[in-house]
Amino acid sequence: MTGQTLYDKLWQAHVVREDDSGQTLLYIDRHLLHEVSTPQSFAMLRREGRTVRRTQTQLAVADHSVPTRGREAIADPQAAAQIALLERNCAEFGIEYLPLLGEAQGIVHVIGPEQGFTLPGVTLVCGDSHSSTHGAFGALAFGIGASECGIVMATQTLWQTRAKTMRVTFEGALRPGVSAKDMALALIGRIGASGAIGHAIEYAGEAVTALSMEGRMTLCNMAIEAGSRTGLVAPDDVTFAYLQGRPRAPEGAMWDAALAYWQTLPSDPDARFDREIRIRAEEIAPQVTFGTSPDQVIAIDATIPAGDARLDRALGYMGLAAGAGIAGLAIDHAFIGSCTNGRIEDLRSAAAVVKGRHVAQGVRALVVPGSGPVKRQAEAEGLDRIFVDAGFEWREPGCSLCVAMNNDRLPEGSRCASTSNRNFEGRQGAGARTHLMSPAMVAAAAVAGRIVDVREMGR
Amino acid sequence: MTPLIRVEGAALSLPQADVDTDVIYPARFLLITERDGLGRYAFHDWRETPGFPLAPEVTTAPPILVAGPNFGCGSSREQAPWALDGLGIRVVIASSFGEIFYSNCFKNGMLPIRLDEAIVAGLHPRADAGERFAVDLEAQTLTVGGDAPLPFAVAPHQREALLNGWSEIARIEALHAQAIDTFETAQRSAAPWLWQGSPR
Repeated sequence: MTGQTLYDKLWQAHVVREDDSGQTLLYIDRHLLHEVSTPQSFAMLRREGRTVRRTQTQLAVADHSVPTRGREAIADPQAAAQIALLERNCAEFGIEYLPLLGEAQGIVHVIGPEQGFTLPGVTLVCGDSHSSTHGAFGALAFGIGASECGIVMATQTLWQTRAKTMRVTFEGALRPGVSAKDMALALIGRIGASGAIGHAIEYAGEAVTALSMEGRMTLCNMAIEAGSRTGLVAPDDVTFAYLQGRPRAPEGAMWDAALAYWQTLPSDPDARFDREIRIRAEEIAPQVTFGTSPDQVIAIDATIPAGDARLDRALGYMGLAAGAGIAGLAIDHAFIGSCTNGRIEDLRSAAAVVKGRHVAQGVRALVVPGSGPVKRQAEAEGLDRIFVDAGFEWREPGCSLCVAMNNDRLPEGSRCASTSNRNFEGRQGAGARTHLMSPAMVAAAAVAGRIVDVREMGR
Repeated sequence: MTPLIRVEGAALSLPQADVDTDVIYPARFLLITERDGLGRYAFHDWRETPGFPLAPEVTTAPPILVAGPNFGCGSSREQAPWALDGLGIRVVIASSFGEIFYSNCFKNGMLPIRLDEAIVAGLHPRADAGERFAVDLEAQTLTVGGDAPLPFAVAPHQREALLNGWSEIARIEALHAQAIDTFETAQRSAAPWLWQGSPR
């Protein structure tokens, strides 16, 4: 018998029922809730007269519509109502809610791991496509819609179709100035925005095992930008060290039992994947998107390619022309944060570039920590001072400029160097132009006032 | 949920590839906590574009949308299908879909149909020409104009749910409650760390 992949093992461990057509009723261990994708889920529970089957498997936090300053009295009445509604719904249905003004609040994909709510071997869902982030722990995690959130709350299950498997192996080691974000973007550039549809990606290879949990989360976070709902990294000692002692992680004998199980999860050596992709890590240069889809991406020293009508439309929106370089392009805004790059390691790498320098004239730069704990850790390390002294704004945790449905929105036509995950039209504000890149590259762009190669920033 | 059995009418053509859910339903309207009445926000920021088939003031569309590859990629927001539903769109045809969008459609009495890219490419001009499209979910066929019916695939349980307008929660409870209990009992003993502090 051939060996099993990590995905096979996770799937097999959660099958409740299989039907004749190959559909599986899958058991769901964990559900994260936020204010935007659940109002209609709770309405559905009420309409159908249902309760929440296992309240202990649910955890809620507000992140998308929260202001990143002035949150004691939320100015936008729609946002205030949406957040209050989540709080009320959680109280009514018995679900734990991490309060907006509490210490643990943050972006749902940052707080899950931070609280030890995310564990290897679990199935985890959230009404948010970046739920693939949690796959960094060897959890089967995927984004769902609001109706599915209601189904999970009521039944603890979902009908799912088993995905094919794709292994992406990053061989060798990353060069200095290159990070997990560049790996994610390079992969998406290679296979395209729909390249992994129907597949669960497992990231493997030396360059992946060498990543911290923060880096692995960045990598898995963007699986959805290649069309895959699920990104995975095999759990190892880095994973276990991150989790041990987290507030909701098992302890004592329970930890030992869990650990013994988690160690059986990695793909067997003879496991077969439906697709294999290999990328040499040392060949990856810092990546920058130039279009309106994350697969419209090039290395910092490359020129913008010519293409089809889709590309022409994107370049028109972005105010760019084929054949030009991406380096040297002037920016108006810089954003460091999001569920992709709002963790402590991201802030450290940006601060290392910013230290002793100043944001260029005319550039507005924001740092939005991914959670309360990330913010306090950064402050303990003095990173906030580095950013503030350099002219960055230091904000409260939330999705901020990654989704532009809160107070942070960019004006039409403005250009932003951003650590977020999507450069879609209007993503950072109607008509705003987004260039995705790593935290170090955004920091470099903020300081230079234009898109530059962070590797060429002399000290 | 309204059952979906047959859908007939004109079709709207939107051939662009990778139309994401931010385009279908811009993020700033996500502050609305209702499900109904979202049709006027569908493709909001594209409606002023010359040649775009929906004018800004339009609140109804043909019942069938013929879309480009990877339609509905990106965010999981169910407001995307809700907004299309709000316009009266019940069927979306494309060569591939964003996966979350694809499953969200079924939860709302809408049918996404996957067909080969070459076939879909041939449907766009016919939609533009105002030809009549007829989708028969019982027979699993799409008929355009006077052509022979084209078969399409759909998972049996999703087809059944659409044909009957079933609530998925009620179906799972009615058919699989015992299996869920059995699974939970087994997991409780195999992975007790997932059950700490859990009364159930």
